[in-house]
Amino acid sequence: MLIYIIRRLFYAIPILLGVNLLTFTLFFVVNSPDDMAVSQLGAKYVTPEAIHSWKEKNGYDRPLFYNPDAAGSDALTETIFFSKSLRLFAFDFGRSESGRDITTDISTRMWPSLAVAVPSFVVGIWVNICVALLVVMFHATRLDRWIVFVFVAMMSISYLFYIIGGQYLVAKTWRLVPISGFHAQGQFWKFLILPVLVGVVAGIGAGARWYRTLFLEEANQDYVRTARAKGASEIRILFRHILPNALIPILTGIVVLIPSLFMGGLLIESFFGIPGLGSYMLDAIKSQDFAIVRSMVFIGSILYIIGLILTDISYTWADPRLRLD
Amino acid sequence: MKPLLLWSDLLIYVLVLMLCLFFLRLRSDPQTREHWRRVFSTRLGMVTFTLILVYVGIALLDSLHFRRALEPVAGTQSSERFYDNQVTSALDVMLGGMGERFERTYSSPFALISFAKENMKDENGALYRDFPQLEHAGRHLSAPAERWTDVLKKSITALIWGLLISAVLVGMQWAFLRRSSLPWYASWLTQTTVICLAVWLVLISPYYHVLGTDRGGADVAYQSIKGVRTAVLLGTLATLIMLPIAVTLGVMAGYFKGRVDDVVQYLYTTMSSIPGILLIAASVLLFQVYIDLHPDFFSTGMEKADARFIALCFILGVTSWSSLCRLIRGETLKISQLEFVQAAHAFGVSHSRIVTRHILPNVVHIILITFVLDFSSLVLAEAVLSYIGVGIDPAMGSWGNMINSARSELSREPVVWWTLSGAFFFMFVLVLAANLFADLVRDAFDPRTGSRVATA
Amino acid sequence: MMARPNVLMQVQDLRVKGLETGGTILNGVSFELKAGEIFALVGESGSGKSVTSLAAMRLLPAALAITGGEVRVAGLDLFELPEADMQTVRGERVAMIFQNAMSALNPVQTVGEQVAETLRLHTSQRGSALRQQVLQLFAEVGIKSPNERYSFYPHQLSGGQQQRVLIAMALACEPNILIADEPTTALDVTIQQQVLALIKGLTRSRQLAVLLITHDMSVVRNTADEVAVMYRGEIIEQAAVDAFFRNPKEAYSRRLIEALPNLADFHSAFEGEALLELDDVKVHFPVRKGILQRISDYVRAVDGVSLSIGRGETYALVGESGSGKSTLGRAILNLDRISAGSITFQGVSIHSLNRRALLPYRKKIQVIFQNPFSSMNPRLTLREIIYEGVDSLMNLSGIEREQRITVLLDRVQLGAEFSQRYPHELSGGQLQRVAIARALAVEPELIICDEPTSALDVSIRAEVLELLQELQSEFGVSYLFITHDLSIVPGLAHRVGVMQSGRLVEQGTAEEILTRPQHPYTQALLASVPRVDAAESTDSTGE
Repeated sequence: MLIYIIRRLFYAIPILLGVNLLTFTLFFVVNSPDDMAVSQLGAKYVTPEAIHSWKEKNGYDRPLFYNPDAAGSDALTETIFFSKSLRLFAFDFGRSESGRDITTDISTRMWPSLAVAVPSFVVGIWVNICVALLVVMFHATRLDRWIVFVFVAMMSISYLFYIIGGQYLVAKTWRLVPISGFHAQGQFWKFLILPVLVGVVAGIGAGARWYRTLFLEEANQDYVRTARAKGASEIRILFRHILPNALIPILTGIVVLIPSLFMGGLLIESFFGIPGLGSYMLDAIKSQDFAIVRSMVFIGSILYIIGLILTDISYTWADPRLRLD
Repeated sequence: MKPLLLWSDLLIYVLVLMLCLFFLRLRSDPQTREHWRRVFSTRLGMVTFTLILVYVGIALLDSLHFRRALEPVAGTQSSERFYDNQVTSALDVMLGGMGERFERTYSSPFALISFAKENMKDENGALYRDFPQLEHAGRHLSAPAERWTDVLKKSITALIWGLLISAVLVGMQWAFLRRSSLPWYASWLTQTTVICLAVWLVLISPYYHVLGTDRGGADVAYQSIKGVRTAVLLGTLATLIMLPIAVTLGVMAGYFKGRVDDVVQYLYTTMSSIPGILLIAASVLLFQVYIDLHPDFFSTGMEKADARFIALCFILGVTSWSSLCRLIRGETLKISQLEFVQAAHAFGVSHSRIVTRHILPNVVHIILITFVLDFSSLVLAEAVLSYIGVGIDPAMGSWGNMINSARSELSREPVVWWTLSGAFFFMFVLVLAANLFADLVRDAFDPRTGSRVATA
Repeated sequence: MMARPNVLMQVQDLRVKGLETGGTILNGVSFELKAGEIFALVGESGSGKSVTSLAAMRLLPAALAITGGEVRVAGLDLFELPEADMQTVRGERVAMIFQNAMSALNPVQTVGEQVAETLRLHTSQRGSALRQQVLQLFAEVGIKSPNERYSFYPHQLSGGQQQRVLIAMALACEPNILIADEPTTALDVTIQQQVLALIKGLTRSRQLAVLLITHDMSVVRNTADEVAVMYRGEIIEQAAVDAFFRNPKEAYSRRLIEALPNLADFHSAFEGEALLELDDVKVHFPVRKGILQRISDYVRAVDGVSLSIGRGETYALVGESGSGKSTLGRAILNLDRISAGSITFQGVSIHSLNRRALLPYRKKIQVIFQNPFSSMNPRLTLREIIYEGVDSLMNLSGIEREQRITVLLDRVQLGAEFSQRYPHELSGGQLQRVAIARALAVEPELIICDEPTSALDVSIRAEVLELLQELQSEFGVSYLFITHDLSIVPGLAHRVGVMQSGRLVEQGTAEEILTRPQHPYTQALLASVPRVDAAESTDSTGE
């Protein structure tokens, strides 16, 4: 097990390197350091000297990948790629192009993100499983077909409408909670109710439908027939036999989603004005702050890889047939 | 008039051609035909497919672009003709200038007066504030009170025309298809409904704004219809761009295994470990920078918007190949273990022939299922991306842009609900039809569900 | 009919229909089960024997429906009971065991728990008493060290052990009726024998009434007391086992019995030049371990096999699953690389040739696989399937090519009209004929037959084997016949090799191996071949 985890972590290094290389190349293919200087300085102040000094100050005056002037290993290290991207491996995110410290930003903005994402995630899964179990009990009836239709209809509604509808009904018409905003102190939960609710409701269609399929797939297995032949009741079969087996595919689906907890709230955060990582990202994209984008992509990838490893580990917990080595 | 072929127009027509060829080829394979039969033997399949075809038809009509010749300005002597900078499509012509009747700002559906008060002068020149009359709505009425009877009258005329047209169209189909065992009547019913609605819209829109107007005074119904092309094109083109990458890499990895497999797995793990939305956002923004730096590449605003649109399709395609690639790799691994592939090896059949004869035809169902499933999720993604500001260029109509521009309107008093409703309705019908259809296709083509039906 | 005291279950005029197709699946099936006796229901796939058992327990899949008849257990008509009462009947009065034990057991629950669940459902036993009861059951069905096995998951047990767990689970509440649906089909022959003996023993000791569903006549012969033959949803013949085998009434029953091996008839030993020679062939697959995935060990699938096959000879390679016999076949076909040794065909060593140099030998060595359905690409017509090798390996003129398919399809008794059909339109037996035609199309000298009949029903099996032998005498082709079933070897093979865990433990002429086996493993294999006495079966055919 331990060996397995170590191996997976080693395997993560080339992947993260690839991720960095990709974002780096992508960015510099269309946007040379000169262009960056122009957009950061503002068109008014563009002189060759100003560009040069900006590049020097921000460390963009070196070659991209390979420095022919430097000797030995410095040929690889004295480059923009090495200095800007590889430092991320030491979790040294450096400063944003506008001079803010990215590490501090991320650590303060992490909490509001989690405060929204964790409850919607947990409640969402719980609600979906409950709804799906309920539906499975009505399997192969007319009601079942209509419920599935409703699920598909719910899936077909854009996320944006859930947010807009939620804000309009709950916050504006019924005036139950504030429309948007966030305070770290006091009654901060008031600001959380609506985002969480919207997140959960928007996910029911796809989630419950998916779990229903998983349950039904298990219900067709031979061991369910064995359980029936034993004389077990349908409810007992559902909870004691189908649910534990369906947990295996459910887990894979869930654990991979965990990293998106940090990022997933992109829309919710910007609609509800929550100062989390999602809106941080969005602002960075809008102001073309490469340093922040780079750091966030890096963090996102690390979380994804951790998610994958966690999935494998949780597999062994849910499925006795698997042993990792 | 000067025809104008946008890149996306070209792509969509190539796409339609390819799909037609693809379906013709499929006809020769009885198993595939049986699967399609299963899809279309349900009423739901017929209805949803008809709806999808309607959307595709609108998108195709909206892809026949041209620039109108401008009337020569009086007094100038010039043999050279000038063309409008505005790009028009065949659909615009069919809608009878619906997109050209602008008001000054918001107005509610079927309204005669504007939504906001304005300063106006009466005959005596005295200043007062009131709701101004709309310029393109209800001008033919002698009194505002006649409005609803007028609407009713026009609707009945439209309904009669609609029924007549549908009777002709359905009659023609009936003559050909009456012996078919498939539930065509469901499709005919849908067609009749759609035709009646379309005729009604075209007949009544010169007199009223059926779905009101937005902040800029543009007709909401028209904008919603223009969003169709964007959605349909994005949904198909992005998948189409992704297919060759995913299929080639997936089949290679699954068939050759070993080092090739390692490299492909590395590639898709790397791709999928980057949060998709970040990658898309970053790419689109960078492309926008590129467009902005080279403004002279494009002669009209539409072309610029189109370039960004194509880029968006590419980016969505390039960033989303990993999941299909993984599926195809797995399936290829499974198939290449099967005995008929082993037998082919024992016959010394070449690799390329094994791949084209044995592997590819047996993964086509995965490609097809992915294609229809991805379609609806791409349409939904477009709205979200446009909202974030990394989607469609605002010059090109799209539901995402409509939602984006309308999201603050719900906080107005009274509520401006029609822009959102227009976008919602058109988008919901398309996505719902596509989702339901995708379900049917998956049930028919997925060997797992198929065998379950067979053994039960 | 009056219930006699020892009749525990009565099935009367049971009828089942398919809901979607409307087809009749069961058409008035009646029989009764008596205490202490095993009643065997025999039939080929699709005859409705499994449906009978599921219908009796009201466990039919949703696509099938019971349309008539009654099932009486202890005076109750099971079809009249509410579902809640039915649940007490299942497991408490009537228990079932199924074919594939691995999938019939819940993979994420320990086997002890699964047996305990039956007791929990029907008795008030809890706690350590419950556990004791389970351990006792485990001991009774012959699971060694039950205390340890209690907390094992199904995948940690062997196939035979899993089947024993299923039996323990079925017997937990001391039901007096047991329905066993092909309980030994998925098991290796040696294990099969033990499980059948266990069921037989339990029937006597617990005075169970057993319904044994099987397709295997030898199982019936050795286990059952009474037998009923099912064909297309009806019982066409029913008799006591001895009488049945001595004098079957229906032609169909006779065909089933004749498919049993006849251990008196052997091919004479073969003399001739060697076509294929294997010398100390090894196929090892690496096992990778550790952080760097270094090769730590090898799976020795084939571990030093030497044999030779002469022109026109049939060499039967016999072994249980996992013995490496199929891997050896793949190695000869060059589908798996060999790690050591040499494979020589007509004096040329072929194991190290590259793809191109191998082509002439591809033509000479062909293969027929076990599963006829997966050995044909479902998207090609039979014509395209048969031409695949011809087009790749031979240069034929258009006319020759056209003639060939007609001749071939005719030769395998299918007829030229099949050439435009697709595989799914054919039955398993027909497809296996196509596979033979496909191999023959390139005029091979050696055909590797990898379990070509084990996926087929017994009556078809005999026809396919017969066809193979005819073709051998006609074209002088050699066979390497890979099989787990010793019973088809006499009358087919000239020589036999017995494989066990990658090694050839014994080889010799068919007569030597089958009548005077030397190696203990061969003896065990042979002992477990459930057979009808040669004398008796010749009796029945003689009539």
